[in-house]
This record gives sequence, structure tokens and C-alpha cells, in this order.
Amino acid sequence: MSDIAIQTSKLSLWYGDFQALFDVDLDIKQGIITSLIGPSGCGKSTLLRSVNRINERLGYVRIEGSVEVLGQNIYDPAVELIQVRKQIGMVFQRPNPLPLSIRDNVLFGHRLHSGERGSKATQEEILEAALRQVLLWDKVKDRLDSRATELSLEEQQKLCIARLLPVKPTVLLMDEPCSALDPTGTEAVEELIWQLRGQYTILIVTHNMAQARRASEECIFMLLGKVIEHTPTDEMFVTPVHKETADYIEGRYG
Amino acid sequence: MSPDVSTTELSSGRTGVTADDFDRRNLDWYVDKAVEVLVFICGISAIIFIIGIFTFITKEGYAFILQMDWVEVFTTQYWFPSDEGDPEFGILALIAGTASVTGLAMAVAIPFSLGGAIFVAEFASGKTREVLKVLVELLAAIPSVVWGFIGLSIMNPLIIKTFDVPVGLNVLNAGIILGLMAAPIMTSIAEDALKAVPDRYREAAEAMGATRWQIIVRVVLPAAKNGLLGAVLLGVGRGFGETMAVLMATGHSVNIPGSLFDSVRALTATIAAELGETAVGSEHYQALFAIGIFLFLITFIINLSADLIVRGVREG
Repeated sequence: MSDIAIQTSKLSLWYGDFQALFDVDLDIKQGIITSLIGPSGCGKSTLLRSVNRINERLGYVRIEGSVEVLGQNIYDPAVELIQVRKQIGMVFQRPNPLPLSIRDNVLFGHRLHSGERGSKATQEEILEAALRQVLLWDKVKDRLDSRATELSLEEQQKLCIARLLPVKPTVLLMDEPCSALDPTGTEAVEELIWQLRGQYTILIVTHNMAQARRASEECIFMLLGKVIEHTPTDEMFVTPVHKETADYIEGRYG
Repeated sequence: MSPDVSTTELSSGRTGVTADDFDRRNLDWYVDKAVEVLVFICGISAIIFIIGIFTFITKEGYAFILQMDWVEVFTTQYWFPSDEGDPEFGILALIAGTASVTGLAMAVAIPFSLGGAIFVAEFASGKTREVLKVLVELLAAIPSVVWGFIGLSIMNPLIIKTFDVPVGLNVLNAGIILGLMAAPIMTSIAEDALKAVPDRYREAAEAMGATRWQIIVRVVLPAAKNGLLGAVLLGVGRGFGETMAVLMATGHSVNIPGSLFDSVRALTATIAAELGETAVGSEHYQALFAIGIFLFLITFIINLSADLIVRGVREG
């Protein structure tokens, strides 16, 4: 099926001896925002982080099953990790701009993947387009060479989204992108994510059920490493199928 | 049940407390105070010793500094301090000796220690890293006379044979020895600087598809550059101050080097070799102490700037 962007089948994951994911089967549709919810430690971040294989940097992670992104199993030994990361951008919980200038941050990925080619004018165009898309251009256009770490957290998080765009990923993974932000920042970043839907397949982990409800089209509820329910967001919050889901969204635990 | 028992029950703990009870000091109080005074003395002693040493060498050398000819001392290369009729005190050749050896030592030590630090901090993991760290620290603890001995008995014949030169005790020999001596401590400090770079920077770059080498060159090294500079400066300070190994490996002849194969003499080695032969209080004796003041100031400045740079990286 061509409208499936991410497909996991029988995905199990262990951190050392601890099993964090159990036979996860998911079909995540292309071009929409899907949110992952569930109580702390339910494996939602782990699932997200195994979609671009960033989990592996820990060194003691073992995986069974497969994750297909656009029909390609990314755990196939022939797959180049760098191409995986190019197709799949990631936004982290705590904004993590590199300790470089705003310009170098936005162009970081582009320079990695284009091998430094491209004229200065092209780079400036890419820079402006990316910053405009995250609604940051007007705020930072006069200080592109100042350090990105001096921006406010909200601006830093927008910058972290902006730097993914020049390499033209198909999937964006977001690990609680608003949890370090204040309510105004949260609203601004949420609005930005909402604008990006359609162009990118967005998978977003959130602790905030209200956020999942207002900012996603489909919703996945996880509990203890298993997927309990995957339905359109409206249905999940109005007519949850499973008792665990109902209990969680009504705030009985988690 | 006797009436006394009730006074010892916990439930009646408030009975019998008077204002005096709050003023009571027991043994723990005195121990605490005594320890506080003791560690204060230990801590402050570093400052006392520094001031004391500086006062001592200044006292011994200031008479020479007051009457010396600054131009002669710093711009001529004639060091004949014990000449009966016309002693000369030009230290230019000694400065050139120290500078050339330290310069070469850094050329050897910087790539070595930077490479070592990158490997230990970014590539090695688990047991390899632990073993390497211990070995590097062990290497830093080798006495300098042992290094000098290696210079004399291994490097010397090796240089004579390899390059077909008459003497193997020269800038090349001392520079390599000093470089190897300085490398461990530089590695250790450079590794700390790399480790201090937050892991989320590496994670961010990795998630964008950077290879390990790209992460190091584009993210980690720029972020750690102050700490790395501090490591290099500490190595330079070590090079300036080192005495025994350079005394043994340089050839110890007053000379402005024209090539790597010229013998030189270092400032420190001059003091070490000559101080025992001078009469206390003589001009020669005072001149050696003046060199001591010069060295003290230079190493002090180098170490201070290294410290400030490394500190800057923590706060920034």
C-alpha cells in the first residue's frame, strides 16, 4: 500500500535484558500527524527512536522484527544508516541546536548530504526558505551568525525543525517536542507542526493528551511495550475500544 | 510501675528541657571545629608556599636584575658567567634552546595527544577506554630522569645511526623526548575537554546523518576548542619547566640552533648544572636566580592562561 509511510511488523526491542517493545505491528499513514501516547515507560519514545535507529547509539540494544519506511526495511544490513537518517528527521525533547551559528545549524544537514557543493547564493536561499517555513526568518534574519544556543527555547526548537527541512526528509519524528517549552512556546510550535502536515509524515510522542487530541489525526495508545489501540484521534478520545485506553485518557493512571 | 519511668518515655520528651540545653557543646562540636581549622591551614598553605618560593628566588636574584644590562642579557648569546675578568650573561642562546626544544616537543605532542584523546573519548568504549586511561596516567608518572636516560642511551645512538650525524644529543632528541613526556598529561586534559561536550550535540548530529568523523570535526572539536587549547598550553608550560630530561638529551652546549641536529642548552638545565658550582651570593649565583625568576614568571603566565581558558569553557 502506497499510503503507508512507516510499517512495523513484529517489532520487539530489548535494552540489555529488559524488553521494552513486544511485537509491535503498526501501519502509519503517509502525510498525516500520528501521535503516540501512553504512560511513562510504555515504550513510546523507544518505538519512535527505533524508526531512525538512533537507539543503537546506546550500544546494548537488540531488535527483532522489521521497520519499513516507504517500503524499505531500514534494519536490512544493506541499508546505509546515513540515508536512513537523511530520510527521517528527528526533533528531540530538549531543544538541541548545535553550539554553532544559526546559519551553520540550519545548513548543517544540507552540507553533510550535499558534500559542501552548492554556491553561497544557493545556501542562502535554502537558509531563508527553511527559516521562513518555521516562521523564524523575521526574528533571526539580522543575526544569522550569532550562536543558536542564545535563542529562546521556543526559537531553538523551531530551529531544530528548520534544520531538518533542507535535506528534504519524508518522515519527521518528534519526541515530546513541546515538553520543555512554556504554554506560549508550546502553542507556537504546535501550530508549526500542524502546518507541516501533508508535506511530511509526522510521528509525535506526547505526554500531553490535550496536545494529542488537538494536534494529531491518528493516535496510538501504548502500554507496557505493547500497542493497545490505533485509531483516528477523534474516535480514540470519544469512543475508545479498550478499557485501558479509556482509563488512561480519563486520567485514572499515567 | 514506678513514677520515674514516665520521665524517660518518649511521649514525654519535652519535660525537663531548659534553656541551658541549647548551649551544650559535646565532643563532636570540638572535633568539627578542630577539623575545620586543620583543613583551612592545609588549604591556605598552597598560597603561603607560592609566595614563599617567589620571595626566596626574588631575594637571591633581584640584586642581579637591578644592575644587569637588559639589552646584553636578552639579545646576546654569550653565556660566560664565571669568566674571571669579563663575565658575560647573554641568555639569548638559552632562550633559543628552550624555545626550540619546547616547539618541537609540541609538534610531536599535539597530534599524539589530540589523536589519543579523540580515540579514548569518542571511539573506545568499556574496558578498552578504562585500560587506556589508566595507562595514559601511568605514562604521565614516569620520572623525567628515566626519559632523560632513554634520550641518552636509546635515542642518541639511534639518531646518530639514522641521520648519520656526529652527535645524537640535540634539539631533535630532546624535542621528541619532551613531546612524549608532555603527551600523557595533554591527552588526559584534552580527553576531559571532549567528554565535557554534552552528548545531546553528538546525538543531534548523528540523527541528522553525520558520520562519527563528521561529528568529531564539525561538532565536538569546535565545542571543545577552549579546553583543547588549555591542554596545549599546559603542555607548553611543562616543556618550559622540564629540567632533567632536557639536561640529558640536549647535549647541553650554549648554541643558537640552526638545525634539528644542533646541540642546545635550556634555561632550566643551566640552573641545574651550574648552581652547585657557584659561590653563594656571587654574581653568577644571582644571575642563575634571575633566570629562575624569568622561568617562574613565564610558567606562571602560561599556567594561569591555561587555567582561565579551561575555566572559561566550563562557564560558557
